[in-house]
Amino acid sequence: MNTMRDVFISALCDRMADTDSVFFLSADLGAPALDRLRQQHPERFINVGIAEQSCINTATGLALEGFNTYAYGIAPFISMRCLEQCRVNLALTNVVRPLNVTMLSLGSGLSYDISGPSHHCLEDISLMRTLPGIEIYSPSTLGQARALCARTLETSAPRYIRLDGKPCPETLGGGAPDFDKGFEVVREGTGPTIVATGYMVRTALAAAELLKNDVSVRVVDVFRLDHLDDDAFCDAVSGGGGLLTLEEAFVGCGGLDAFVNQSLAAKGLRLTLRHMGMPRSYEYSNGDRHHLHKANGIDADSIAQAVSSL
Amino acid sequence: MMNATELESKARWVWRETLKLHALCQETRIASSLSCAEILVALYYGGVLRFDPKEPLWEGRDRFVISKGHGSISFYPILADLGFFDPAELQRPGLPGALLKAIPDPHIPGYETVNGSLGHGIGVAAGMALGLKAKKSGSAVFVLAGDGELYEGAMWEGVMFAGHQRLSNLCVIVDNNRQCMLDYCRNVLDLSPLGAKFEAFGWEALEVDGHDLGALLPALESAKRLGRKKPLVIIANTIKGRGVPNLEGQPLCHIFNVKADDVAKLVREESR
Repeated sequence: MNTMRDVFISALCDRMADTDSVFFLSADLGAPALDRLRQQHPERFINVGIAEQSCINTATGLALEGFNTYAYGIAPFISMRCLEQCRVNLALTNVVRPLNVTMLSLGSGLSYDISGPSHHCLEDISLMRTLPGIEIYSPSTLGQARALCARTLETSAPRYIRLDGKPCPETLGGGAPDFDKGFEVVREGTGPTIVATGYMVRTALAAAELLKNDVSVRVVDVFRLDHLDDDAFCDAVSGGGGLLTLEEAFVGCGGLDAFVNQSLAAKGLRLTLRHMGMPRSYEYSNGDRHHLHKANGIDADSIAQAVSSL
Repeated sequence: MMNATELESKARWVWRETLKLHALCQETRIASSLSCAEILVALYYGGVLRFDPKEPLWEGRDRFVISKGHGSISFYPILADLGFFDPAELQRPGLPGALLKAIPDPHIPGYETVNGSLGHGIGVAAGMALGLKAKKSGSAVFVLAGDGELYEGAMWEGVMFAGHQRLSNLCVIVDNNRQCMLDYCRNVLDLSPLGAKFEAFGWEALEVDGHDLGALLPALESAKRLGRKKPLVIIANTIKGRGVPNLEGQPLCHIFNVKADDVAKLVREESR
């Protein structure tokens, strides 16, 4: 299996042959596909060094000069080390002078599992959601990552794209992502719904599969976290049973859970709700992602149990 | 372009107008806006910058990034005078619906970036300079920064980046009034030797009297000299609150206000 970053960067590299409007900045982070990009387009690739603030500032300046600019870094650092730069130079500036800057945030959630809590990124959805005008994407598949690359070349906005660090499947059964809708149903069902984002869509599907003989679970993939088609979303989740949100992020801190609550409230849809994610404490214990999920009650078994008791 | 006498007279006019703005809106930071008055006059009336008031984002303009937003209220009368916006705006700073705030923003024609938060100007300007080079543009990027905001680490990330990328179309002017909010910089965190710090990162450094138009102009013009290989920093030594007895020499002058009556008196005396 390939990774989202390589699929995204590879698609971008191919398109850079036809345009001179792209700059790719890296805060000293690589990828196999990036090796090709910097060989083929050396004048449009810049390693700014381990300096995320400089990465966003430089990207802003280039975007002010009309360039479509990518700022690539490790998730917790490209989101939080430079949050001030994202606020002032991307979100605030974009109101007056529209900017086309894409933050490519590698290693969402617990992707960097055994690297420990400095490299876990459990706050970014909540933080980015507080910045008006920043589009936030959390793809779950290679297909979505590829479609996002096309979107960054065809539309203009400051964006935050949360890329999983581990290999992931081409598709989870959904079609081409509709970014105006913001979600898709990846498993039809007549009972309760699991609404998940990013890597956790796979966990949600595994939990639904575990329960298939007892209850028909619907799984919804929310791949955009700043905008949701509330009518379509509420229609999709209203057909029977409760709703459980699942994210590889701190639960109860303004992430996917709050985003979904807001949509339900906007339409006055009352459902039995449960929010699952990482408990609000830092995870210092060792082990791979599966182990960390199990230890924190967000593995497929735990989710299946929670759904069946909704 | 103005001659030396006209420039001096324009600088005095900017000083008076800035104080009058402060009288109308006491939230404006007067001391740090007075230290950079001559720098702004040299840039805009001395023939240094290319600009078009009718088309503030004209592609052929030189970019001027104000990093020390609070301390640039003296830019307001200049922009109004040159036709960037209606001079009537100078009479209503801070009022509902008015263009001019205590801290400027890029809604004001002539301001390129958001600047109320300190420490952003050099990094963003470096990106602009890189972009202009990629477009093979002949435009230059000038930055007005305060010395106090050089405490922000992101400024030095930008300095390092611009030096390494040899952004010879970038010129940072440091309004070196040697004071931050609570004290003289030498007592807070000493920034000296400032020029040597930039030079160590691959910049050219010049030091001038920031109130002497005759010294400022050639330094600023040298930023646009063809064949330069490095970014340029001009350390303009200035006096915070210049020309106002109650501000000059006051460690806390950044947050001192000058009351409307005192402004009237100062302006009257200066106009004699």
